[in-house]
Amino acid sequence: MSTVSTRAPSRPAPDTDRQAPKRRRRQVRERQWPAYVFLSPWMLGALVLTLVPMAVSLYLSFTDYNLFDPPHWVGLRNYTEMLTEDPRYWRSVGTTMLYVVVAVPLKLGLALGVAMLLKNLNRGRAFYRSAFYAPSLLGASMSIALVWKALFNDGGTVSGLLDSVGIDVGGWVGNPHLAVYVVVLLTVWQFGAPMVIFLAGLQQISPDLYEAASLDGAGRRRQFVSITVPMLSPVIFFNLVLEIINSFQVFTPAFVISGGKGAPADSTMFYTLYLYERGFTASHMGYAAAMAWMLLIAIAAITLILFRTSRSWVFYADEEGR
Amino acid sequence: MNIAMKRWLPQAAAAVCLLVLLYPLAWLLATSLKPADEVVTSLDLWPSHFEWSNYTTALDGVSGITVTQLLGNTLLIAVGAVVGNVLSCSLAAYAFARLRFRMSKVMFAFMVATLMLPHHVVLIPQYIIFNRLGMVDTYWPLILPKFLATEAFFVFLIVQFMRGLPRELEESARIDGCGAFRTYWSITLPLTRPALITTAIFTFIWTWNDFFTQMIYLFAPEKFTITLALRSFVDQSSTSAYGPMFAMSVISVLPIVLFFFVFQRYLVQGMATSGLKG
Repeated sequence: MSTVSTRAPSRPAPDTDRQAPKRRRRQVRERQWPAYVFLSPWMLGALVLTLVPMAVSLYLSFTDYNLFDPPHWVGLRNYTEMLTEDPRYWRSVGTTMLYVVVAVPLKLGLALGVAMLLKNLNRGRAFYRSAFYAPSLLGASMSIALVWKALFNDGGTVSGLLDSVGIDVGGWVGNPHLAVYVVVLLTVWQFGAPMVIFLAGLQQISPDLYEAASLDGAGRRRQFVSITVPMLSPVIFFNLVLEIINSFQVFTPAFVISGGKGAPADSTMFYTLYLYERGFTASHMGYAAAMAWMLLIAIAAITLILFRTSRSWVFYADEEGR
Repeated sequence: MNIAMKRWLPQAAAAVCLLVLLYPLAWLLATSLKPADEVVTSLDLWPSHFEWSNYTTALDGVSGITVTQLLGNTLLIAVGAVVGNVLSCSLAAYAFARLRFRMSKVMFAFMVATLMLPHHVVLIPQYIIFNRLGMVDTYWPLILPKFLATEAFFVFLIVQFMRGLPRELEESARIDGCGAFRTYWSITLPLTRPALITTAIFTFIWTWNDFFTQMIYLFAPEKFTITLALRSFVDQSSTSAYGPMFAMSVISVLPIVLFFFVFQRYLVQGMATSGLKG
């Protein structure tokens, strides 16, 4: 992600005129009003649909609220309940963490591997790049989630194939240990989006670096570790942050594969699914708001840790010698 | 490894990868044409005969609402979202990329921060607001936020693109007496077209795919989108209606597939540049 760089206003030349400060202020104001006109839709949205709702949801998280009766202040009750008395909450945390920890590395690893494969492809690179990207767009749809459910159902293609090679696990969708991996595989199937970003990053690495390294006798593995990974590290970092944030919020496939209820036995009760269930099915809006804030805190904490640790492994070429 | 293998191995690997990746899509298409008894029992991809009636059943839709109407509803929302996002995000982006104003750094940082904000934090209050405004079970909650540039991803994308444009044209337009709005409309926007097209297509596809927001805000079957209809179709029918269900699935992803074929260049480039420094 690009660094924030907004040009600082240039300092006006010193003026001996006494009226100057006033005039300058007026000039600044006159120069500024078009900017606020341009920004007004965004500012209205940021205020009415982001900032105010954030404050309200923070308030609601300390209340008992069912949308019809006025909110009833309960203090930290929602938070203590979810942390100490609600096993389903922890189940949803565990499922989501498992999913993030398994799906994100698999997806990014595959994306990087295929990107490197495509980079060395002489023919059809553009074609494959587009074709591999297609699942990233289709995979978010309900239709594809339904396909996945059918493929991994009892008697579906996957259990049939595994059966024919002597592995009898039955349908994954109905198996509390395997159902979550149906969602994992659907996510991994959408590796095209990070792959496209990796490929663009790979193409920006100067071939001179590889040439010099191979002259020095560096093998393929050494070139990967010493050139590809460091040069690609900003892109790896970007993909990592993006995928983790998105994965925490997975909903549609979880909803479809679990039949909307986290079935079987809450094994696919993902965090956002449980939040939806608490807020909109069970009408515990305050509890759902508290869950949303815990999610925000978790995402913020993980992003912060990633940014902190990134200083030691993310390498920005243009910072060299600074 | 000899030379021939070195040349063919990557090609073969890419081709195998593609086949695995496309299998679910082929399965979807095949199943949508299978007769009812073959769907669950047979692992063959190819149907013994084509059951076109799956599609006629699917076209009848759900709860008396035809698929044509459902597609029309979805299209209305998607087009509204596209117009909203392109207009409002490009306006905000122009201010961030080209204009000077107080607090610009703070506001830009806030905009970038909202990229990471989970939607669930604002979900319930937004629902309450739209409920108070009497807009639940209308399309307003799905379209109105797009006119207020709430999707920071696109603002950011367009800012990155605009910063890469040469300033000279805009400056000469200014010297010729163009105001900020005129400059934005006649000089900057036309140059920003690739980023605007990317925004439009992504918005269209994401809105078309969206399920969560539609499920929360829409209740009346005649206002349903194709995704919502598909879901109630699943709830209503048993496995015997697999064929029609997947026929409806094919119909619902068809616009995305078409958009992908026509605009894949913009989509892939838009994705690629979002990860790199603009």
